[in-house]
Amino acid sequence: MKETKVTVKIPRPLYRKIQLVIDNSGFNSPTDFIVFVLRDLIGEWDANQKSGQEEEVFSADEIRAVKEKLRNLGYL
Amino acid sequence: MIPAHGGRLVDRLVRSEERERVTKQLGSLPKFQLNEREASDLELIATGGFSPLEGFLNESDYVSVRDRMRLSNDLPWSLPVTLAVKPGDKAKYQPGQDLALVDVDGKVLGSMHVEDVYQVDHKTEAEQVLRTNDAAHPGVEYLQSITNTYLGGRISMVERRAHTQFMDFRLDPKETRVLFKHKGWKRVVAFQTRNPIHRAHEYIQKCALEMVDGLLVHPLMGKTKGDDIPEDIRFECYNALLGQYFPKERVAMSIFPAAMRYAGPREAIFHALVRKNFGCTHFIVGRDHAGVGNYYGTYDAQLIFDEFEPGEIGITPMLFEHAFFDLKSGAMGTDKTCPPAEEKGQRVFLSGTKVREMLSNGESPPAEFTRPEIAQILMKSMTPKS
Repeated sequence: MKETKVTVKIPRPLYRKIQLVIDNSGFNSPTDFIVFVLRDLIGEWDANQKSGQEEEVFSADEIRAVKEKLRNLGYL
Repeated sequence: MIPAHGGRLVDRLVRSEERERVTKQLGSLPKFQLNEREASDLELIATGGFSPLEGFLNESDYVSVRDRMRLSNDLPWSLPVTLAVKPGDKAKYQPGQDLALVDVDGKVLGSMHVEDVYQVDHKTEAEQVLRTNDAAHPGVEYLQSITNTYLGGRISMVERRAHTQFMDFRLDPKETRVLFKHKGWKRVVAFQTRNPIHRAHEYIQKCALEMVDGLLVHPLMGKTKGDDIPEDIRFECYNALLGQYFPKERVAMSIFPAAMRYAGPREAIFHALVRKNFGCTHFIVGRDHAGVGNYYGTYDAQLIFDEFEPGEIGITPMLFEHAFFDLKSGAMGTDKTCPPAEEKGQRVFLSGTKVREMLSNGESPPAEFTRPEIAQILMKSMTPKS
């Protein structure tokens, strides 16, 4: 099934600039270009999110030690 | 949890089980003695506070940071974190070399793989980063005290520099992140300070706290100017204030072990990025953040955030105007929230010089300006010891 699409509004001067940018570039339309750029950006964001999750993986000993320290401070 | 700057929290700490072996190996390497600021930078790089930095800046990153407030990969970074060779040692170093980094007592703190040896122009660095070349500026004074040959390269840390105070309150970015997660704080605002907290600062912290889940009071306790209030006195003030005037379950305090650069606007960006690494989502920027003397405009440190796209900085700045106690409305506020002053003295605010003068005369500043408990601590500290 074809994915549904939504309309996003962008400033007309920006649209005109994109038309200039994609001239002879292989993109069929400003929409194709915008989707390409946004997918690229979102991919980068996804990668950052994943590495952000990985950094929270501590060893059990590390977690125990940190919690003990925080408890001594009265924070936990 | 908010990702670290650059997406990954850097960890350059040698694991405890390998520490002895690595320290022994480092004993055979040429020694490089770090000054106080450099030792503090080493600690913050290794523990991830300065993520994405994994070492002292190489030349391309240095130039890029100095001239455009970005690393060479375009990631925002506003202050050069650099390592200067000691006078007369310039010829000793070359790319590819491994060095043992030692403190002033010769204790091995870590290692560095030298990737770059380069010359800099301190005048340009001062003008770009500090916006002045005046030798009276503490940042310029620091630059004049070091050589213009810098080493760039990745570091590892085996041992922290010797800390003797506030040991329990020294939390690494990993630890504050565990704290926030377990407290269930999704939105955390950080407050940077190098001074005692008076009513104006208390007010903006509480305004910020109204909008988020938790407050991290993160006093800078690294190298500061000689005339700043000593660390132990400030710490006593923070404890007194937080213990009596804040809700315990929504506030935490931890030491920020960085050296002060007094770089005003650029340091505000730096302080914000670093607090993101500690897991904070918001950062308070008041008037003349990280300023000194009259080198920066009152709100320059707020305006500089407009030079970046909000998504690039990642952490949300919370900008506050100059706060004071307004006698007419009987409340703390700012120009944004108080009626115009109709008479002199309606707005209670004292200059730092006036406060110092009052305290040294044994006179307590008004309760509208500072909490009595804080005034007592400060007065006691200024009483000459017999």
